[in-house]
Amino acid sequence: MMPGSLSFRTALATAIPAALLLVSFVAHAQGAGPSASEPALSAGFRFIESSGEALFANVCRGCHMSDGKGAVGAGAYPSLAGNRNLEAGGYPIDVVVNGQRGMPAFGAMMSDAQVAAVVNYLRTHFDNTYQDAVTADDVKAVRR
Amino acid sequence: MRTEHVTVSRRDLLSLIGAVSGSAAMYHAMTSLGFASDSGYKGPIRLEGDPKGASVLILGAGLAGMTAALELRKAGYNVQVLEFNTRAGGRNWTLRGGDSFTELGGFKQTCEFEQGLYINPGPWRIPYHHRAVLDYCKRLGVTLEPFIQLNHNALLHATMAFGGVPQRIRHIKTDFQGQISELLAKATQQGKLDEAVSKEDREILMQALKSWGALDGNYAYKANLISADFRGYAKEPGGGLSATPIPGEPINLSDILKSRVWRYLQNFALHTFQTTMFQPVGGMDMIGKAFAREVGDVIRYDAKVTRIQQDGRGVTVTYTDLKAPAKPQQVKADWCVCTIPLSILSQIPVDVGDRMKAAIDAVPYTASVKIGLQFRRRFWEEDEAIYGGISYTDLPIRQIAYPNTGFNGSGRGVLLGAYLFDGPNAYEFTSMPPAERIARAVEFGASIHPQYRAEYENGIAVAWHRVPFTLGCAGNWTEKARAEHYGNLCQIDGRIVLAGEHASYIPAWQEGAILSSLDAITRLHDRVVRT
Repeated sequence: MMPGSLSFRTALATAIPAALLLVSFVAHAQGAGPSASEPALSAGFRFIESSGEALFANVCRGCHMSDGKGAVGAGAYPSLAGNRNLEAGGYPIDVVVNGQRGMPAFGAMMSDAQVAAVVNYLRTHFDNTYQDAVTADDVKAVRR
Repeated sequence: MRTEHVTVSRRDLLSLIGAVSGSAAMYHAMTSLGFASDSGYKGPIRLEGDPKGASVLILGAGLAGMTAALELRKAGYNVQVLEFNTRAGGRNWTLRGGDSFTELGGFKQTCEFEQGLYINPGPWRIPYHHRAVLDYCKRLGVTLEPFIQLNHNALLHATMAFGGVPQRIRHIKTDFQGQISELLAKATQQGKLDEAVSKEDREILMQALKSWGALDGNYAYKANLISADFRGYAKEPGGGLSATPIPGEPINLSDILKSRVWRYLQNFALHTFQTTMFQPVGGMDMIGKAFAREVGDVIRYDAKVTRIQQDGRGVTVTYTDLKAPAKPQQVKADWCVCTIPLSILSQIPVDVGDRMKAAIDAVPYTASVKIGLQFRRRFWEEDEAIYGGISYTDLPIRQIAYPNTGFNGSGRGVLLGAYLFDGPNAYEFTSMPPAERIARAVEFGASIHPQYRAEYENGIAVAWHRVPFTLGCAGNWTEKARAEHYGNLCQIDGRIVLAGEHASYIPAWQEGAILSSLDAITRLHDRVVRT
């Protein structure tokens, strides 16, 4: 038997508890405190996050940053802070669902409720104070 | 590459098998999912005719821009290049120990890899049929070595299958192929394929299934020395006393089907990934550096383009010198080849017609994340006999790719510890601070290679939406957008023509960037010498 083959079995034997550990991390994912294994990540082609806050933190933040103010390089990610484009709820719904220029469309990766949740979060945070919440039905109407 | 979330029912499988005719078999049929048979490269470009000193301003010193610069200068043009970065190459990029990278949002990472180790955050492999890239490598003296896409001893891993234990590719591939062959042989013997296969072909088909599927004399796929010749042994043949080989037990078809790991076999069958693939010795950026040796003298770095204007007489491009940003600068030229990614170009005021502008605005940019991890020792080789190649997993890291160089060495090594492309996890990883991306790649990877926990030293993570010079990985055309806009994107608009991977049918590949550039400058040159 090749030595490598023997060691591989040893490796596999220790991989089993590691995999179980992983499952338990996923189960605890709603718990408090950041760690290397939290929060749980999406499985498949749709986002697992449901609250507007979690969707912003795990999706929008990638480009629009933690403070919602975007960033500038050779091009820019627009600031969502105090952004008048959010005044009419239909506009951000359309941008999230269908994308805009370099921004990908998220319609296929989020449910109507998720889109509504993240739009409502944006419209009530980062110095935006629009109180007329959008609904999942509003999102449905925008899908094309 | 995009992970396929295909499911297959037993009925689907049987209907697939039923559809098989003549000598075809399922595994072979998968290759038809590949792309065109070559990239259409016709050899070194010939730009004949005198441009009479015409000037061309090229925007972007990636492979598209530098191809244009090199070839147009050779053809007699006066060329200048504006580049946002302080280096040439664009997405053709390698990170080595000592390199630092600041992403959008401000996180700065310094690569701590040992000297000689590297990661290619962008392109990392070259198919044998990407003839333009290969030709430029030859002409520019870039030495290539094999990139191993399929290593039969690498792993396929599904979190919820096989108790979470990764499986050898050779086991899955051989057992899957063997049991499908056995099913087809049974169906043939029972006369179920009589309508689809002629009597004469049936006999040949049986022979072929036996040969291809490692079946025994009764057309069965079993634990024996026949299947072991393909999948490997539980106890390898050795020398001397007690050297008798012992075959391993095949993984049954139902378990393979339910595990979904069969979907990863596409990564070895698709034409794009077929043997032979290459990588430049020392890092992918050897290509960009080789181009820069030719055209570096005409590149102005740290130049952020802010406006592109044209009229009947020429092109005027306004840019900010990032080293002295107070005063906007301008360059004028007769013509412009613009290779700026559409994610950025769509934000720059540019004097082009409505149709080209609509095309520039029509292409979203893909999320992608790559993470390089350095380990104290090459445990994948020492412990597991994995020399190069890629393991695939349904964990968010998607892949672990082993270095295709420095084999059998005793020192440190760098793995590609995650390669996310598109889909929710790519956005989730982009949203994390780099240290968290790395920590999670180590955590996930440890469930495939437990040695991670003891051997990990340091890492670097590149999330392409945070890369200041592209704002995304590559142009993500939908079929609908391509039908509506692609032609308008590629047309010459007055004195401006676009080039880059986004103006190709091979998006996200260097070949697409170079071919698009060659096509653009051929048409531009034709226009120049005619006027």
